Amino acid sequence: MAKRSLWYEFTKGIIKENPVLCLVLGTCPTLAVTTSASNAIGMGIAATAVLVCSNAVISALRKVIPDKVRIPAYITIIAGFVTVVQMLVKAFSPAINDALGIYLPLIVVNCIILGRAEMYASKNPVLPSILDGIGMGVGFTAALLCMGIIRELLGSGSVFGVQLLPFKILIFILPPGGFFVFGILIMIANALNGKKGKKAAASPCEGCPMANSCADKHCEEGVKNAD
Amino acid sequence: MLIKTLVAVFLAAILTENYVLSKFLGICPFLGVSKKLNSAVGMSIAVTVVMVLATAVTFPIYTYLLVPNGLDYLQTILFILVIAGLVQLVEIVLKKYIPSLYKSLGIYLPLITTNCAVLGVTMLVLQKVTSTTAYEYTYLHALINAFGAGIGFLVAMVMFAGVRGKLENADIPKSLKGLPITLVAAALVSLSFLGFAGFVDKLIPLG
Repeated sequence: MAKRSLWYEFTKGIIKENPVLCLVLGTCPTLAVTTSASNAIGMGIAATAVLVCSNAVISALRKVIPDKVRIPAYITIIAGFVTVVQMLVKAFSPAINDALGIYLPLIVVNCIILGRAEMYASKNPVLPSILDGIGMGVGFTAALLCMGIIRELLGSGSVFGVQLLPFKILIFILPPGGFFVFGILIMIANALNGKKGKKAAASPCEGCPMANSCADKHCEEGVKNAD
Repeated sequence: MLIKTLVAVFLAAILTENYVLSKFLGICPFLGVSKKLNSAVGMSIAVTVVMVLATAVTFPIYTYLLVPNGLDYLQTILFILVIAGLVQLVEIVLKKYIPSLYKSLGIYLPLITTNCAVLGVTMLVLQKVTSTTAYEYTYLHALINAFGAGIGFLVAMVMFAGVRGKLENADIPKSLKGLPITLVAAALVSLSFLGFAGFVDKLIPLG
């Protein structure tokens, strides 16, 4: 990992390594909160804030944290920032707090944040880590917004609460619609990547942030057993 | 009355409030480990055990330690640490005393720490204590709810493993192969669970 430009660190998360559509991380909030475009943006911004802060702190502490307890240490740092964001959202935007509900504290177990801590922030200096956090956060928000707009438009006929279509297909804002739209979006991403000759994520352990910590013994064994 | 509410809570957790298919919690293992029936069942049992244990520990901590001291904002950070510690403990105990069980379930345990369904259950049961009005929602209800959530996870995983088995041999367009078709299949399975809406309320009328 030689010197790559800071601009690259920022932009890679948005398209090339989009955390949601290419790495398939953080699926739970992607499916759950995208019933409307404004919820999607709220979730995206909250997760981005946590991601940038935790990336910065973890990167600054990367030489202090012992290797053996790094995952618990990362989780504690992330949980701290999630609590801060939770209190801020509750204080300044109670409507978004109600809409996101349980999924706001659950940012703590969002694979994207732990994944970036493990794969990037623990190995790189503070500034690139922050940019990586911002890029990944923007990529996450963009993917959520895309899903949110599609589902809100088809499911309630509106975008950001502005009525656009005269009909609504309720199923799109119900859980099955979430799975369906997400599947179709990944299909489109695969089709676009396939033209450039890139391989799409196939193994369940490939995109999993825990893979590095458990790959040596657990994960590969599990996959082998499963196969 | 108590039994009636417990049964209602249990059925609701499995069918109408299925954590995977209607709450979108625990999607990663749902998509990752549901390829083969054996691993799907193993993962679900491990998740169920951890869910019940985690709820058994976090419920009293929240009610008797955090709330009286005005520390409920520490919920997120404390719960995730309790779950991480608990998973580690279960792993050590299984390794020492029941190696055969450890061999079949142990591989899934490290992945459970970051399973949002476990953290989700421990937090959602606490929300129900304040929001349920028809009857008193007790510690017992919370445990049954966690157990039901785990069984619901099992049901969803087993059903989906069956669906995926069929998909293996299906001839599908290249760009749909792998994850996209899995998600579309998940949409159809989740559609079938929508049919249970209102089922529990009709079956066991409360209050």
